[in-house]
Amino acid sequence: MTESQTRSGSPSRRSLIGWGGAGLALGAAAAGGAVAMTRTGNDVDPAGADTGAAVAFHGVNQAGIATPVQDRLHFAAFDVTTTDRAEFVQVLKDWTEAARRMTAGKSVGEGAYGGLAEAPPDDTGEALGLKPSRLTLTVGFGPSLFRKFDLADRRPDALVDLPTFAGDALDAARSNGDLCVQACADDPQVAVHAIRNLARIGMGKVVIRWSQLGFGKTSSTTPEAQTPRNLMGFKDGTRNIAGTETDRLEKFVWVGEKDVTGKSAWMTGGSYLVARRIRMHIETWDRTSLQEQEDVFGRDKGEGAPVGKAKERDEPFLKAMKPDAHVRLAHPDANHGSTILRRGYSFTDGTDGLGRLEAGLFFLAYMRDVSNGFIRIQRNLATDALNEYIQHVGSAVFAVPPGVRDKDDWWGRTLFSGEA
Amino acid sequence: MRAAGLSVVTAVAAVTALTAVTGCASKSDAKDGERVIGVTATDSTCETSRKEISAGHVELAVENKGSKVTEVYLLFPDDRIVSERENIGPGTKQRVTAEVKAGEYRIACKPGMKGDGIRQTLKVTGGSTAARDPRLDQAVAAYRAYAQTQADETLPKVAVFVAAVKAGNVEAAKKAYAPSRIGWERTEPVAESFGTIDPKVDVRADGLESGQKWTGWHRLEKALWQDKKIGAEEKTLADQLVTDLTDWQKRVGKAVITPTSMANGAKELLDEVATGKVTGEEERYSHTDLVDFKANVEGAQQSYELLKPVAKENDAALVTELDKQFAALEALLDKYRPNKTSYEFTSYDKVGAAGRKELSDAVNALAEPLSKLAAAVAK
Repeated sequence: MTESQTRSGSPSRRSLIGWGGAGLALGAAAAGGAVAMTRTGNDVDPAGADTGAAVAFHGVNQAGIATPVQDRLHFAAFDVTTTDRAEFVQVLKDWTEAARRMTAGKSVGEGAYGGLAEAPPDDTGEALGLKPSRLTLTVGFGPSLFRKFDLADRRPDALVDLPTFAGDALDAARSNGDLCVQACADDPQVAVHAIRNLARIGMGKVVIRWSQLGFGKTSSTTPEAQTPRNLMGFKDGTRNIAGTETDRLEKFVWVGEKDVTGKSAWMTGGSYLVARRIRMHIETWDRTSLQEQEDVFGRDKGEGAPVGKAKERDEPFLKAMKPDAHVRLAHPDANHGSTILRRGYSFTDGTDGLGRLEAGLFFLAYMRDVSNGFIRIQRNLATDALNEYIQHVGSAVFAVPPGVRDKDDWWGRTLFSGEA
Repeated sequence: MRAAGLSVVTAVAAVTALTAVTGCASKSDAKDGERVIGVTATDSTCETSRKEISAGHVELAVENKGSKVTEVYLLFPDDRIVSERENIGPGTKQRVTAEVKAGEYRIACKPGMKGDGIRQTLKVTGGSTAARDPRLDQAVAAYRAYAQTQADETLPKVAVFVAAVKAGNVEAAKKAYAPSRIGWERTEPVAESFGTIDPKVDVRADGLESGQKWTGWHRLEKALWQDKKIGAEEKTLADQLVTDLTDWQKRVGKAVITPTSMANGAKELLDEVATGKVTGEEERYSHTDLVDFKANVEGAQQSYELLKPVAKENDAALVTELDKQFAALEALLDKYRPNKTSYEFTSYDKVGAAGRKELSDAVNALAEPLSKLAAAVAK
């Protein structure tokens, strides 16, 4: 029996299924169907996507992780240019205040109009009249930030630099960063507005290093939501961790008190984020026979059922799959139980110079431990048949601090003020 | 250069106009209803609700009752634009705001956005303009003197450039090209406020309007660096450049300069850097972008330094930040010139992507707080 099957008492069918694999899983389909996240304060009505409701900003954990997945993403990695720690802390405080307002559907500062005629408005204005659209803003700190501000002793052991994996073709201009902001919303303009305004507030202290837009969510409004398909046409993320699975979130996603001691205790309630820009060789994939496509994934294309099974959610029989099938290699059973919460988005950034779609998966995964999570799974994917059709071109890892607790709290306070 | 040639004055007005359009009209109304002049435009008429108003802030409440898209201008008697609003669709209302001093003005509606427009007179009576801080008057006077000096000192440098062109000496002309532009680049917002000069002397090939002949510095830049030859046409254009810049020199003294336009002009100079120089578009053949870059920053700093005493009282934190960011940008620029007193900078095609990003970041770091300077002197 898998771990999830032992949770038979759960009222949600969705909570019985779902595991976190790595690779091309198209993020958190299961979490998309989750109903309430009381622990994060993200107890948004599942109909929120339709009503454009707001997701609570305050909570023990940051919103945007276990929160039901929104339709759109704007992810930005920043470099810190100031060397003054107090100045950087002020940016975090100003960001927190702006995020508190934007996630509630309000304008930044004094708003987008009505202020002094001689001055540019505080808010850029393009989100005026739009609903909160379940906007979540999630901040993470990269390894380089700890070096920059002489915080090496507070860097948690679990925040390891990612090793080089087989097949990596990483572009430095699309990798790493001192900090990141993940903006997710059901309206792309709301997500872009959020990143744009945070970048503006941070000018002179932090600069955007790279950013990525994402799409690719089918439905998150009902527990029976369809599992989204990735750009290869396959359902992926069938067995992701659901937002309602408190036990599995504790076990695989949230950093617990016992995980971090002494100077790393500030991470309690946080998580670790791995971001990978995975380019798909769309055109060659499209010329691949259906049989091979299904062999590569280990699921059938229509239903999404594992090899030899009838239904998408049937328990996979790994040995029935080819040894290099993606699902077989990514499955927790093949990785000492390693499970991560995926929250990725598809991207299509136009075309490259050769007329090929510049498309793929912007993989985002949250985990309690990077070494036992992403690294272990990704190493196991070295022989993945899928590798012929994909290439990892960007990479970053971040320590995601705990949630902003109340109106006086701010992002990163536990790290920068030393209070747990 | 900028393609649309917005003047320093109109740039200020554009901000206010947009603010009004985005919904704060009621607030302006409530503040001072008697400062509003109603303008009713049709395809053949342009009716104004009053012909006289006291000096100070004025707001044109425009309603287009015609069938054509129209434009409304507030003009000085010599047709210089005080403020304007384009693309006012049939059945729509727009607002145009400006600060006016005593004098004769014109309000013009241009149905179909063509021609000289249908005009009404507006008399602005003096006296009611709130007394300005005398330090700001001094700042304006000092800035005007600076702008004049820049023009005066530019002409001899242009003469050197033009003499080389006319002598057919490509190398000497190349050497004299960038120095001849420094004074212009330092005071570009003022130069642009004259409207007609900028398109003649500083337009780039992509900024030409249909039917417009390409003249000025960049046309000669292309001849020297790309075509590598000087013909009769280039020599004629060189003479034309002197004529046009002499016109500029004569008109600087008449430029309308206010503390707000100085502050916004400083920001505009940084905008010029951010959109034209950082990308290498401005000097695409000569790659002397960093010389223009430096001159733009110097001009912005000149405005800022003159306004600083007043700004500091209103927003001390802003002044601290601006001092810091000006210094940071200058230090960064200095990395690209071996001699700190010379204006010989690294050719911009030798500045790689990482270097350009660093310059861009430093410009943004300065321009963002600089955009708040106007408010700090207008308080």
